[in-house]
Amino acid sequence: MNLWQEYKRPASISEAIQDLTSASGPVMPIAGGTDLLLDLKQGRHAPIHTLIDLTFVPEMSVLELRGDELYIGAAVPVNRVALDPLTGLHAQALVEACNLIAGPQVRNTATLGGNVAHALPAADGTIALTALEAQAEVASPTGTHRMPFTSLFLGPGESAINKNSEIIVGFYLKKTKKGQSSCFKRIMRPQGVALPILNCAVWLERDGDVVKDIHIAVGPGGPIPFRATEAEDVLRGQSFNEEIFTRTLESLLVQAKFRTSARRASADYRKHIVGGLFSDVFEAAWKRAG
Amino acid sequence: MSKINLSVNGKDYSLGSVAGETLSTLLRDRLRLTGTKIGCEEAECGACTVLVDGEPMMSCVYPAERADGKNIVTIEGLAQRVHNEMKLHPLQEAFVEQGAVQCGFCIPGQIMTAYALLKRNPDPNSDDIRFALKDTLCRCAGYPSIENAIIAAAEALRTGEPVQKPTHIPDSIHNHKTVGHSHLRPEAVEKVTGEAIYTDDLTFDGMLFAKARRAMIPHGFLTKLDVSKAKALPGVVAVLTAEDIPGEHNHGLVIYDWPAIVGIGERVRYVGDSIAIVAAETQDIAEQASALIEAEFDLQPVITDPVQARQDGVPQIHEKGNLLKHIKVRKGDMDAGFAKADLVFEHTFHTPATDHAFIEPECSIGVPLADGRMEIYVGSQIPYQDKTQVARALGWDESRIRVVGQLMGGGFGGKEDIMGQIHVALLANGTQRPVKLLFDRHESLLVHPKRHATQIRVKMGAMKNGRLVAVDTELYGDTGAYASLGEKVMTRATTHAAGPYDVENVRADCYAMYTNNPPAGAFRGFGVTQSAFAVESMMDMLAEKLGIDRIDLRRMNALHVGSITNTGQELKESVGLMECIDRVNTEMRKHNSDPFTPITDPANPNLVRAWGFASAYKNTGLGGGAPDISGADVELYEDGTFQVRSSAAELGQGLVTVMRLIVSEEMAVAPEKVRVLVMDTDLTPNGGPTTASRQTFVTGNASRYAAKTLRDEITATMAEKYDVKPEQIKFRDGSVHVNGTSLTYAEIYKEMKALGKQPCVRYEYEAPKTKPLGEGGDMHFAFSFGVQAAEVEVNKLTGEVRVLKVISANDVGMAVNPLGLQGQIEGGVMMGLGNALTEEFIVENGNVITDHLARYRVPGIMLTPEITSIVVEHPVEAGPYGAKGVGEVCSIPTTPAITNAIYNAVGVRIDRTPVDQELIANAIWERESGK
Repeated sequence: MNLWQEYKRPASISEAIQDLTSASGPVMPIAGGTDLLLDLKQGRHAPIHTLIDLTFVPEMSVLELRGDELYIGAAVPVNRVALDPLTGLHAQALVEACNLIAGPQVRNTATLGGNVAHALPAADGTIALTALEAQAEVASPTGTHRMPFTSLFLGPGESAINKNSEIIVGFYLKKTKKGQSSCFKRIMRPQGVALPILNCAVWLERDGDVVKDIHIAVGPGGPIPFRATEAEDVLRGQSFNEEIFTRTLESLLVQAKFRTSARRASADYRKHIVGGLFSDVFEAAWKRAG
Repeated sequence: MSKINLSVNGKDYSLGSVAGETLSTLLRDRLRLTGTKIGCEEAECGACTVLVDGEPMMSCVYPAERADGKNIVTIEGLAQRVHNEMKLHPLQEAFVEQGAVQCGFCIPGQIMTAYALLKRNPDPNSDDIRFALKDTLCRCAGYPSIENAIIAAAEALRTGEPVQKPTHIPDSIHNHKTVGHSHLRPEAVEKVTGEAIYTDDLTFDGMLFAKARRAMIPHGFLTKLDVSKAKALPGVVAVLTAEDIPGEHNHGLVIYDWPAIVGIGERVRYVGDSIAIVAAETQDIAEQASALIEAEFDLQPVITDPVQARQDGVPQIHEKGNLLKHIKVRKGDMDAGFAKADLVFEHTFHTPATDHAFIEPECSIGVPLADGRMEIYVGSQIPYQDKTQVARALGWDESRIRVVGQLMGGGFGGKEDIMGQIHVALLANGTQRPVKLLFDRHESLLVHPKRHATQIRVKMGAMKNGRLVAVDTELYGDTGAYASLGEKVMTRATTHAAGPYDVENVRADCYAMYTNNPPAGAFRGFGVTQSAFAVESMMDMLAEKLGIDRIDLRRMNALHVGSITNTGQELKESVGLMECIDRVNTEMRKHNSDPFTPITDPANPNLVRAWGFASAYKNTGLGGGAPDISGADVELYEDGTFQVRSSAAELGQGLVTVMRLIVSEEMAVAPEKVRVLVMDTDLTPNGGPTTASRQTFVTGNASRYAAKTLRDEITATMAEKYDVKPEQIKFRDGSVHVNGTSLTYAEIYKEMKALGKQPCVRYEYEAPKTKPLGEGGDMHFAFSFGVQAAEVEVNKLTGEVRVLKVISANDVGMAVNPLGLQGQIEGGVMMGLGNALTEEFIVENGNVITDHLARYRVPGIMLTPEITSIVVEHPVEAGPYGAKGVGEVCSIPTTPAITNAIYNAVGVRIDRTPVDQELIANAIWERESGK
């Protein structure tokens, strides 16, 4: 059955918002569309009438430095995010995450905007952006505004963005300074659904042997992308050693809400492997920062 | 309506937009560029890959309107016309030369993905290639050859030198002039240019599109059916129900127990049963109409597994009950055997259903002819049986049906049963218009028969020195809702249940049970995949219990010439098992002299490696008393070329090449002089089913004897005409030498015709007779043997498993085309690896959970280990040049080799596939925390 009736190709943000708010029948903005079109086709998404293709909006397909920030348009394909030298310099965790999203062909259309708009608690791009403390720029009929990254999520699959009037335009990340770095890794299983059992991103700032600052994100560690803030507090300002690592991990395990997902992983398995994963990610970021 | 302005392969188009259209539909339906294939329509398989502004994209999820202003390159855009001849792009040439093309369906996607890679990286290494091709699936799984082809093409592009040919594939030790040397597939070029036509690429004037309405309940009675709304939908031409079937309602390969359409008051036995079929002007309308059909059911309790199906008091799914067949193997005296044994132990294993996941989904087209006949276009493994079954359903004489077999994008046993053939025939007959029924991936996964899920309990008795004295096996096989080939498959599982070993006392009891799961039928390995996993695990467990080397244990018990099999057959020749064991062992020890002792990665103490070992055997041919017959025609044409014809199926395995090489050998002409026609029931004699690794043997022999007979006729004719002795007629170097004069085949044709002789011979070959199970004697006319060793790396923390290397030795009798054989062997390993690690067709209470390719994972290039193939050739007297089958045996030992390796690495015994990494992690965790 026809997946859509009307297809709009706005050339600016204001046109896109105009198309969105004036559409007749159910409407959805689409960037890569790889997930949305399949959800529509397989009946997991209510039928829609109008698709608004955001890839023709120049502002949303830009990746560039703006002042002391890196800006990534929400419709930039994740493959470009992965290959751009700017992300390689300022967002290693995001590069690593983007390189693991689906396969190369899908990465050429899939976007961070879509990854985030789906509001899954363990999407690779989302977890990397969580650790990088991204800010989202959101357009609405009244103009654009910035939102802290984690405030975009209300629950699993539930975005704070109003799909009938708002669009995520892009993401801002702080440029990396000396002593700062990040890393992303994940653990999969070869069967079944294409979702990670567990993924983890760390951003940190290192001063010799001292962890000056750290952000830890783990997915799925709760209903929305999880920041292990309590574990961060344990590590922040400390010299890194075995004992502090054990305490960090304990704290992470207390704060995270690991659950069992059928045919993917049990909560116990996730608890069992999260330490090893976090340790690998932390070590890689630590070395890079040194 | 907005316009889409785009460039495709350098040509500009301005097209009106169509609601809901994807780029793949625009290319295939509107521009008729059918080289871009549709395998899943869910961005999983990569077959639909095209370049958009230089980047590879999945065109199946790319909105056509987004292509506005873009440059598109498809597979049809790579080859260039130079002076009226198509010059292949080096990538296309390399795919042909390196044997990377098998069924060919994924190849356009592979080549386009690789093309984009080489544009950006002219000198890619193996990692680069794997990264780029991660999601471009090949189910024939010629990943190593694909990788080699890309490397060869890259080199040719960089240097301007010709594309390198493969150098690592030895000729057969029994080679002749043509057979035994590597040759290219005749259809390879069309498969790399996108010109190859598969069923869905065909279109006919006035063609309608069909959709079957599936019951979507696992068990119940259809109580009410209302098709009025569907019929009223504009564009709908016909809605048919069971009442509209003029002939027999049931079809089946052995037992006619499968209704083409379930009627009111009749029983629905699985979710994929059809209750009505629709034909409409467009696919979209057909789907809408199908959704408008209203049905009510009286739901019945669901039988979910074969053990439950055999219990007392459960609902009976078929009139004759839930038991399809109790299969028994008896040899010797079990009590005496176990009494004599020094050690007796038992263990139970479980294997799930798995899906063939051929990249080309099922498609059938019915075309009514003016003379009252009907043509069925379909990719089928058994064209003549399709003809019979369609005729039965229509109530027609078989002569009115012509099955025109098409290229197949893989089969692996999954294209033996009727899928859409009867439905399109009914609709085409009802509407008197051509009707196409194409399954989407979802329907393909729901409907066609799977590999049998099994429960296998093995009890083994052995002497202290390792000599097996008794093996007792109890098998339960889940044949699902309908018989399909269930009885045959589970018979093979049962007769092979004690492994390729010489055991004095053997008993096996198998219960092949109906359930409300999707049917199970043929799938490469045909039941032996399951029982080999059980018995080869047992062999390693036994070796450990006795403290003896697992290879010594296998050698000591291995079948050899003179052994009596479990079914009472004396093996008189062609038992290359010992050579396979020894050569794999030697090769493995080149990598590691102590292969079964775990080695910890010095850089990461969580990573542990070890090797595992397993053996297997598999019959060639139908066996069990079934007449195993194939017919072939060989004809000489006016231009001096030949054609060989048989209705054996080419599903990517390479039979067409085998037939060509054999006729080329026999007639002493270049292979290019021999054309092959297969799978057309009007034009080609019956080659029988393409199953049981039988076609190289039976149709190979039919082709060979047809050619020989033609040669004899030419000899006799020429001897008479030139008055020489027949011995003085020689066939050499593409011509016939008569006592010093050499005649071309074109001249021979003229001579034959002038004398009123038809230069055409039909030969019906019948393989050596076999005996049914239970009667002793030869149950099969040949067996192939395979041994594999796998090196795995296990992460002790996470339980993750990687297969690093696989060594595969196969006794194939004789390698007719070593290049094609290599592809079969690599693909067999990958399919076995998928069976071990990634594949599980999940059904819960009769409902299919793995109903999309995203939920059913087949191995991609990233999981491909280094595969070393060793070809062992113990010829079979009756085989063509000594050849026997290889299609299945090369896939059977992989799973137990991997699971045995996991045990050797981390001490966790896998007795249920696929391997569950969480279970491994937990077992290690429990063991180590308990210390």
